[in-house]
Amino acid sequence: MSVAARPQLSHLRALESEAIHVMREVAAEFERPVLLFSGGKDSIVLLRLAEKAFRPAPFPFPLMHVDTGHNFPEVIEFRDRRVTELGERLVVASVQESIDNGRVVEETGPRASRNRLQTVTLLDAIAEHGFDAAFGGARRDEERARAKERVFSFRDDFGQWDPKNQRPELWNLYNGRINNGEHVRVFPLSNWTELDVWEYIDQEQLEVPSIYFSHEREVFKRDGMLYAMSPFAELIDGEEVTTETVRYRTVGDMSCTGGVVSQAQTLDEVVLEIAATRITERGETRADDRVSEAAMEDRKKAGYF
Amino acid sequence: MTLDLLRFTTAGSVDDGKSTLIGRLLYDAKQVFEDQLEHVQEASERRGGEGAFDLALLTDGLRAEREQGITIDVAYRYFATAKRRFIIADCPGHQQYTRNMVTGASTADVAVILLDARRGVLEQSKRHAFISALLGIPHMLVAVNKMDLVDHSRERFEELVEEFGGFAERLAHGDRATDVSFIPMSALNGDNVVDRSSRMEWYEGPVLLDYLEQVDVAYDHPDERPARFPVQWVVRPAASGEDYRGYAGQLASGALRRGDEVAVLPDGGRTRIAAIDTYEGELDEATAPMSFTLRLEDDLDISRGALICHPDEAPEVARELLADVCWMTDAPLRPGGRYVLKHTSHHVTAAVQAIDDVVDVHTLQRSGPDDAPSELALNDIGRVRLRTSAPLVFDSYASNRRTGSFILIDEASNGTVGAGMIAAPVAAAA
Repeated sequence: MSVAARPQLSHLRALESEAIHVMREVAAEFERPVLLFSGGKDSIVLLRLAEKAFRPAPFPFPLMHVDTGHNFPEVIEFRDRRVTELGERLVVASVQESIDNGRVVEETGPRASRNRLQTVTLLDAIAEHGFDAAFGGARRDEERARAKERVFSFRDDFGQWDPKNQRPELWNLYNGRINNGEHVRVFPLSNWTELDVWEYIDQEQLEVPSIYFSHEREVFKRDGMLYAMSPFAELIDGEEVTTETVRYRTVGDMSCTGGVVSQAQTLDEVVLEIAATRITERGETRADDRVSEAAMEDRKKAGYF
Repeated sequence: MTLDLLRFTTAGSVDDGKSTLIGRLLYDAKQVFEDQLEHVQEASERRGGEGAFDLALLTDGLRAEREQGITIDVAYRYFATAKRRFIIADCPGHQQYTRNMVTGASTADVAVILLDARRGVLEQSKRHAFISALLGIPHMLVAVNKMDLVDHSRERFEELVEEFGGFAERLAHGDRATDVSFIPMSALNGDNVVDRSSRMEWYEGPVLLDYLEQVDVAYDHPDERPARFPVQWVVRPAASGEDYRGYAGQLASGALRRGDEVAVLPDGGRTRIAAIDTYEGELDEATAPMSFTLRLEDDLDISRGALICHPDEAPEVARELLADVCWMTDAPLRPGGRYVLKHTSHHVTAAVQAIDDVVDVHTLQRSGPDDAPSELALNDIGRVRLRTSAPLVFDSYASNRRTGSFILIDEASNGTVGAGMIAAPVAAAA
């Protein structure tokens, strides 16, 4: 075991370089890429990586947000501000419009969520704009089905993922060839963990929406999770609204994203909290993954993020 | 934090205890989250009755895998200790064994090869070692597992070290010897995985996690290898009116410095590096595997697929080459076949001229010159002669994994059908 002649590149710099390489491959090999920007921490990192990959030129693709209409207002405000700062173009695909046009039917009842409906809106927007590659911030450490997904994840003309029939992916040689109507989802953060994302946000001093930091909020407890009280929330008998000091580990819909009790008010404190946590982010905060043992796998097969 | 990153691969079937080993490593290194443990608990009890707890279930991802008790595809797992960040490419041992092994091995620094102490050196372990060496993995760690079932016998361990060591010596590819180490362990009981075993005090070497934390990472030591910079993307801000023209890419190996004289291949133009640009500002020197943008002193015609290097360390430029190809699809590779070949940052068309030999997966011997195969079938590995529609700029795979590798893509299905490791240009080999 010899000693390296020079200090090694830190693991964050190595992951960053790999992700920049992936983004440039997509820009070079696809006609109409798009970057999915939710205002969440992972897509915030994607934006910084895109700056590193393409500046001083503008991004060779627009950004797109699939807006469920049930987002945290703090996140939408942040989204618009960040896009303006970058001087890039944002496409908003609206789930409300999909409902109004009769493409999807709104779920009803206190447990209703627009989570599933997003898939239709996303696939419709990809078809409408002719996007052939969509960058997403998904990571393989998030969930068991994602652990098997490629960096370039092929989708057929129905937007479906076929986990048993994926293209082998070797070295850093990505196969971006597709036919008309097909597309790929590209995940530059595949090899990052939640802690890497936060350490990177800290290293780069990136702004994130305020809901990622500890704040007081009116919440109600359901299935062991703390949900935000909002105009979209419908209480079930016996549920009470209380005020708690919480922050969010993930940014999804208000209807299916739980907050965690936390005192972390700065990036440093968030990094420390994540480094010490004993529960995965999706396990702790996402009702959408709790439906069944293979909830994520099923949604991904149908074309979900 | 200045942790570095180690990628390692494991391969094997359920019977080898591979999933148990990974489960044990993650569990003892305290890298398993509570909700994941609950999942394992529930799934174990559903299958094995109350109280059952099977660490192997930590690594099953897809519904079909849990239902059938098999692993279908390479899965990537992540963990970190105070010393390092780790990426595991976990390869299944049942279906598509070779294809998955090759995929997992392509980016690995270390191959963890499992031996069952009772059953000894089986064909599958040998095949794993062969593929690891072929794919240029610099370190092999042989995990002699299930030592509890041979009474933690030192004699048995030493017997296996001798047997496997003799086999591994014959695997050297090119000029690089593979470094081989052995650890006796019991993944089931957690002996010598993260915690040192009190049942094998005769063993004084590192336990698995110590080994993984200390082994040398295969990032090229920049001074030891020639610089290779494949151009991925030309940065030209059209609207701004600035006269900026930069060549963006990821340095595949070596180091580049501002002011260096460079050659641009395959055309052969010469110029100097005017600047190494990054988002943070200019650098005096860049080393692999950094991504950055080069500005050059002269205005050469350079596009995606060009390779920038030092003129006195130029790689091969050729249109006919010999390569080991691992075939990954049902329809066989045959002479006359045409494929899209992706190498570094560009595509060419490649025609198969001949298949020189195939590796027998049982004996791991190559077929002789009088016994050339007519085709390569799924999961075969063989030496193939290719002719390309445009010159390739490459090194042998043995000397550079990035510039010596390619994939073959089927023009009709767009599937990735082959993985190639370049041996030499045809002319030089003849």
